[in-house]
This record gives sequence, C-alpha cells and structure tokens, in this order.
Amino acid sequence: MTDAAAPPPERRAAPPRAPLAFQWDKATFAALALAAIVLLGVAAPLIAPHDPDAVDLVSRSLPPVWNAGGTWQHPFGTDNIGRDMLSRCLYGIRTSFGIAALGLVFSSCLGIAIGIAAGLGGRLADRLLMTVVDVFITLPNLLLMLCGIALLGSEIWVLVVMIGLVKWEGYARLVRGQVLSLRETGYVEAARTLGASGWRIATSHILPNLASPLVVILTLAFPGVLLMEAGLSFLGVGVQPPTSSLGRMIGDGRDYLIHSWWISGIPALIIVAITLCFQIIGDGLRDRLDVQLDD
Amino acid sequence: MTEARPLSGVPVAEAAALLEARGVHVTFHAHGGPVPAVRGLDLTLARNETLALVGESGSGKSAFARALLRMNAPPFTRHRATVSGSARLAGAGDLIAATESDLRGVRARRVAMIFQDALSALNPVMRAGRQVEEALAMARPGLDRAARRAEVGRLFAEVALPESAALARRYPHQLSGGQRQRVVIALALARAPDLLIADEPTTALDVTVQARILRLLGRLRQERGMAMLFITHDLGTVSRIADRVAVMYAGQIVELAPRETLFAAPGHPYTRGLLASRPGRRRPGERLTGTAPDPREVGPGCAFATRCLLAEAACSAHQPLRQVGPAFVRCWKVPA
Amino acid sequence: MSAVVLDGVTVRFGGSLLRRTAPFTALDRVDLTVAPGEICGIVGESGSGKTTLGRVVLGLLPPSDGRVAVAGAVPAALRGAHRRRFRARVQCVFQDSAAALNPRMSIGAAIQEGLDIHRVGDGPARARAVHDMLECVGLPRRTAERYPHELSGGQRQRVTIARALILRPEVLVADEPVSALDVSVQAQILDLLATLHAEMALTILLISHDLHVVRELCHTVAILQAGRVVEAGDVETVMTGPRHPYARRLLADA
Repeated sequence: MTDAAAPPPERRAAPPRAPLAFQWDKATFAALALAAIVLLGVAAPLIAPHDPDAVDLVSRSLPPVWNAGGTWQHPFGTDNIGRDMLSRCLYGIRTSFGIAALGLVFSSCLGIAIGIAAGLGGRLADRLLMTVVDVFITLPNLLLMLCGIALLGSEIWVLVVMIGLVKWEGYARLVRGQVLSLRETGYVEAARTLGASGWRIATSHILPNLASPLVVILTLAFPGVLLMEAGLSFLGVGVQPPTSSLGRMIGDGRDYLIHSWWISGIPALIIVAITLCFQIIGDGLRDRLDVQLDD
Repeated sequence: MTEARPLSGVPVAEAAALLEARGVHVTFHAHGGPVPAVRGLDLTLARNETLALVGESGSGKSAFARALLRMNAPPFTRHRATVSGSARLAGAGDLIAATESDLRGVRARRVAMIFQDALSALNPVMRAGRQVEEALAMARPGLDRAARRAEVGRLFAEVALPESAALARRYPHQLSGGQRQRVVIALALARAPDLLIADEPTTALDVTVQARILRLLGRLRQERGMAMLFITHDLGTVSRIADRVAVMYAGQIVELAPRETLFAAPGHPYTRGLLASRPGRRRPGERLTGTAPDPREVGPGCAFATRCLLAEAACSAHQPLRQVGPAFVRCWKVPA
Repeated sequence: MSAVVLDGVTVRFGGSLLRRTAPFTALDRVDLTVAPGEICGIVGESGSGKTTLGRVVLGLLPPSDGRVAVAGAVPAALRGAHRRRFRARVQCVFQDSAAALNPRMSIGAAIQEGLDIHRVGDGPARARAVHDMLECVGLPRRTAERYPHELSGGQRQRVTIARALILRPEVLVADEPVSALDVSVQAQILDLLATLHAEMALTILLISHDLHVVRELCHTVAILQAGRVVEAGDVETVMTGPRHPYARRLLADA
C-alpha cells in the first residue's frame, strides 16, 4: 500500500534566468578554440598557402618552422614527397570534420527516431525494435564498416553511412530509456487527458525534453566518431588519395616517425586538440544544463 | 524587551535551557546572489518541552534546523550556506562554531533529526533492523552484537512496531509509510538524544497514521525527557503536539507563544491570517492574500507589511519582539 | 440527467505470475451520483481507491464491472473523434503542479494546448482566450511568456486550472489540488475554484484526503475505505454526524 505522498511544501519560485548565460569558463574557451579550428577548415581553399596535393621533391621532409632547418614557406613542414603540411592539415580538418559531422547527424537521427518509436509505441513495437538494436550492437563495428566499404567502395557517402550505421543503436537505447521515463511524467499524462495524439506528445513534449541530455551525449560522442574516421583512413580504407584527411596523413607518415615525426605528429595533435575541445564543451554543457534544472 | 535576554513564553530558568540560539543568520548562495533565509533568530528551548516552528515555504524554518547540525554545507549539500550567530547546546558549546569532529559527536549522541521523506532517509538495500543496529553501533560503541540486537528489539517495541523480528528483516520499500517513519524514529532514538528535531515528519502520511505518529512522538518525548523541535507548516499538527509555538515569516520569528494562547488569542496579523486561512474554518474577512516576499527584497522593517491590512508608514522601521502577555509578538500595533 | 453516474463500478487489477502480485480490487461496487453543478468530495486515505475513481471518471481506466456515465457518455466505449470530443468535456487538475507542466513549454503554450488539439478558433482567437483565462485565474497576462520553474506552487496550480478550464468542460476532476500548497495559498486556490464553479456552471469532483478542504468547498461527500463507499451524503450532515466508524475516526483525527 502506498502513501498519500504529499510532496513537501514547494520551494520559492526561481527568478527568471537566461538559459546558457554567457560565462567566461573553460567551456567557453574550448568552444571558441573549436570554432577557430572549424573556421580554418572551412576557409581552407582561401587561406591554404599551397596546393595540398602539389608535390615538390626538392623541399621534401622539411621540418616545421620551429625546428632547425624549417622555413616560413612551410610553417608545418612538408611530408615525404614535399606536400605542404599546413595546407594538407587545413584541408584535412575540412574532410575529417565534415565526414564525422555528417556521420553523427545520420546516426543520431536514425537512433532518435527509432528510440522514440520504441519508447512511445506499444510493447510489440518496443520489443521488435530493441531486438534490431541488440543485433546491431553485437555486430563488431570495425568489421561491419570494412565489409560495407569493401562492398560499396570508399566514397565519402559510404563512409558517412557506415559510421552512421555503427553508432545509431547506442542513441536508440538511450533515447528509448529517456522516453520511457518521460512518458510517465505529469505533463504527458495531462496532455493525454487533454486529448493529444501520440504524434503531438512526441513532438511537443518528448523531443524538447530530450534535447538537453541529447546535446550533451552527442557533443561527447563526436570525438569518437572523428577517431573512427581517422582510424579507417589510417588503415587505408577510409578517405582515398589525393583527398587528405587527418587520419590518412597519420597513416602516411607512420614509416617516417623517427626522422620526420611531424608528418604523423601534427595531424595527430590536431585530432587531440579537437577531441579535447569537445570533451570540455560537453562537460561544461552537462554542468550548465543540470544546474538549470535542479537549482 | 531586547533580543539579548532569553525569550520564552513560559518562564524558563537559565539552567534548564537545553538549546539557546542567538542572532542566527543563514544565507544561501544561489546563482542570483545571496539569499537570506534566516534573519536574526533568537530561540530558547527547555529540556522536556516541544517547540513547534511554524511557517510556510520560504520562512526559513528548515534552514534554521539544518544550520543547527550544519547540514547546509558539504558533504550534505553542494554549496555552503553562511551561518552566523550562536546556538549553544547545554554540555556541548556553540554548535555553529563547533569543529567538525565535535559536531559529529553531537549528531551521533545528542541531537537527532528526522525528515519528511522516510523512504529516502533509509538505505534501500539494507534491512531495517540492520540500519538501526548501525546507528546503535555508532552511538554506543560499548555494546556487543547480542546486546545491540536486543536493543533494536526494544526500540522497535518502543515505537510500536509489531512483530519486531520479522519487521527488522524487511527492506524499507516493503514497509508502509507509517512503519518507515517509525523505523526512522527508532534510528533517531538509538542515540538517546536530548533533542529531537523533526522536520515535517508527518506531512506525507495519511491522516490516521499522522495522528498515531504524533501520539507516539508525544509519548516518547515524555518518557525519555527529550526536547523536541517540531517543524511544520500544518497548524493542525501544532495544536496536537506543541507546548510553545514560534511562527516564522520571511526568516524571522514574528510570534512566540504558548500553544493555547496562540490559538485562542493570536497576536501578529500574520498568525491571525494563517489561522483564518485554514480550509474549513471560515473566517474569510481575515484571510491572507498575496504571497510571501522574496527574501532578497525584504528591507529592515516588517516583512509582512506588504500584505498586512493594518500596515502604516511606521511599519517600515525595524520591529523587535515585544512581550504581550504570555506571548512575544513582532508588531508594534498589538497592544501590550 | 446527472453529470456523473457510477453504478456498481468495480475495478480490479489483475495479478501477475511473473511479478508475483496478487489481484487487487481498487474499487468495489461503488455507487455514486453527482448532479450537474454539484461539487462532490471524494475522501479517503491512500489505498482507498480515490485516485482510481478519478481515473475512471476521466475515462482513463475502464471499469471491470458496472456502469459509468460521465457528461452523458460512457467513456470506455468511445473511440476516435468521439473520444477526443469527450476529452474536451471532462478535464482534470492534478496535485503536483510542477510535474504537470512541461518545463520546456511556456505557460501560454501550455494553456493553449487544449485549444490547439481540438482546433478551436484561429491563432489570434486562441491567444486572446489564453489571456482571458489567465485573468480568470488571477494571474497577470505576462505570465504567458514565463516558464513553470519561474512560478511558485500556487501560481502553477492556477495555470493547471486555466489549462483545464479553457476548453469549458462540463466536469472537472480535481485530484488533491491543494495538498502540496501552503495554507494561505490553499485558501486562495479553493476560493478560485468556488468562483469558477459559479461562473462556469461546472460540476466538480474533488478528491482529497483532507476533510477540511472538502468541507470548505463541497456540497456532497463520499468517504472511501479500501475501495468501498462507507458513507456518503450532504457535507454538513456527514461532517457533524458521521455514522460509519471509519468516518468517525477520520473526523476525529482531522
């Protein structure tokens, strides 16, 4: 037997506060840094000092400008066949970031849609969809991606789809769990009493309340997707030459690690920087959004 | 009458005072700035008496109680609240200025606190009996296992929990609300406290269960000679259990009176409004309108002036507690 | 024609072998009649079945036995468009106003939702209706732009009342509408309900564990114990001279 659970006398009304008010904390700095990196990538065709594919055997394996022997002509040095590292990195950011972003969008849309359908639908729909999810989770990611690429080729859209297919089930599970608990809230019940249809409940009530946890999860998931693309390209099955991606560059430079560390090293550092930014932003977002909810 | 002297509706010899709070201020640090939850509270609690601290939400009653045991600081809460003033517990010194280890000793043996939600006060994965055993182990380390078990049985009988052996083996979610609250009370009694602070212990319970728990608390208090600080927003429970009543509004005590006096002849307009607003007791003329003010926006004068029908310009000056018969009222318009 | 009729209504929750729960009778042959414009109080402790009764009246729960008629219709038998229209005629106010409001939806949008669902009027007409409703429940018009966490408990409860009444229902089920509120605010909300009842000719089913609340507002009362109605009748008669021992105990403890 349960009790007449009267909630405790209510707290004071919170004063209106702007959500995500601007504060100078490390998350903001990380966001600015990330924005700068992305902008550089976007503007690559305009600011790259050289053609990223231009081979120049005379100036091959030049070290970066801060090492002995470096020149300002090639601030990040050149690779083993004389291509300018800075230009390649800028274009590489563009490619890697683009593929990762598209892959994330694809997988999140798929995952969210299936998660909501499973959460709001009846028992049968839920079980069916979750079985599909379970099957996908058990398939080894790398193997799945390699099979897909082997079958469909190495075009960029294939990479996007494969990356998408590999991550969506995690989101589906998460979203389904959130939806199941949101379903029981007072306002969803009130909406049903008002006569709202399932569609209206999903769009007006469930989705907006999924937004904050989802934003945090997706932000923290981005580095993983980026590394997935980098991994594929490192193995040689991702982005194909002459298109440069950060992962590809790391792969190309692995034979020269001792003498020309910068060929692999600088793209790796860029990946680390982007990953770090995302992690800091994700953590900051989580703290901010939590505080907003339970203050 | 100034704030410095002991304030009580009943003459209390200094030696018999168990708790003496003077000038207690509690300020929370929220995102929008500091929030003064308690603004200068003076209180004297004698041994063996029940003082009810009555107020609506935002009045500061819970903040004060928690400040006594320093429960509004880490590790209990995320942010530390600023507490100033003094709260002397007989035989333990000033609780507000005490060191953390001294305070732990006080929490373990002298002062016990029970809350509204018994379910969250109990560890959900530990059997009920074992939790009381643990409390006993901390409060009276000299007891061995067998003696502890016997004591648990005795405590369960004291709080009128039937079949104590079977009940002790149950998990909290398997007990009813009333039973859970009795277990929480047993946990509190395990320390044989001198002071029991009860923060809305019966609000979430059914009416008949409420009545039984209140009777239990009254009986325990008498048998053990405990003092009780009973915090509530429900005047019904106050009329059943309190010896003296302190009414709080916007962080201050606005009226302090013996129970009969408060209900028969309330002094402060807020108290009168509160009594008139109880559903079912129709006195529409004196009902309270509006809402309590934001504690950040309260000036030095009377905080109730914005809602008071008798308010005048003079009400914006600082109002001390004045003696009116057996009671103390913070309103200059009440005739002495 | 009565607004609400319950005739021998029984609600049983089946047991489950998997979860080892026994079948549970929430309501046991309950008879209840509420005349149009009447305010009927349903009093009981937890486990008495009062919340289940509210859900049966709202049509959220079909009875296992017996007949239910609300606002002239049998809720469990309605389908599709009829069911939607029924929803507009019977509305509900809950206890926990914070949980009953979508934290991401502005107050105005929340109140307007009923009109949006049932496609009443056009955009500007709906906005006007929201402002009128806010005035009716004693809130300033700019509350429409605020969000639930910015309001106090009493204000939120006024909003849920506005949301329920904007569709001009015939029957309002109020499930513990004031239990979570401060004493002074309780009185204000009860006054509001009384005013709205007079203005809109509502039939109100007030579910509460607090006898004083029921005494303040209701014309008739039915006391539930373990799913059965143990005493019913005019409020003053029951309050001053209860006959059933359980009713007497409730009054003594209140």
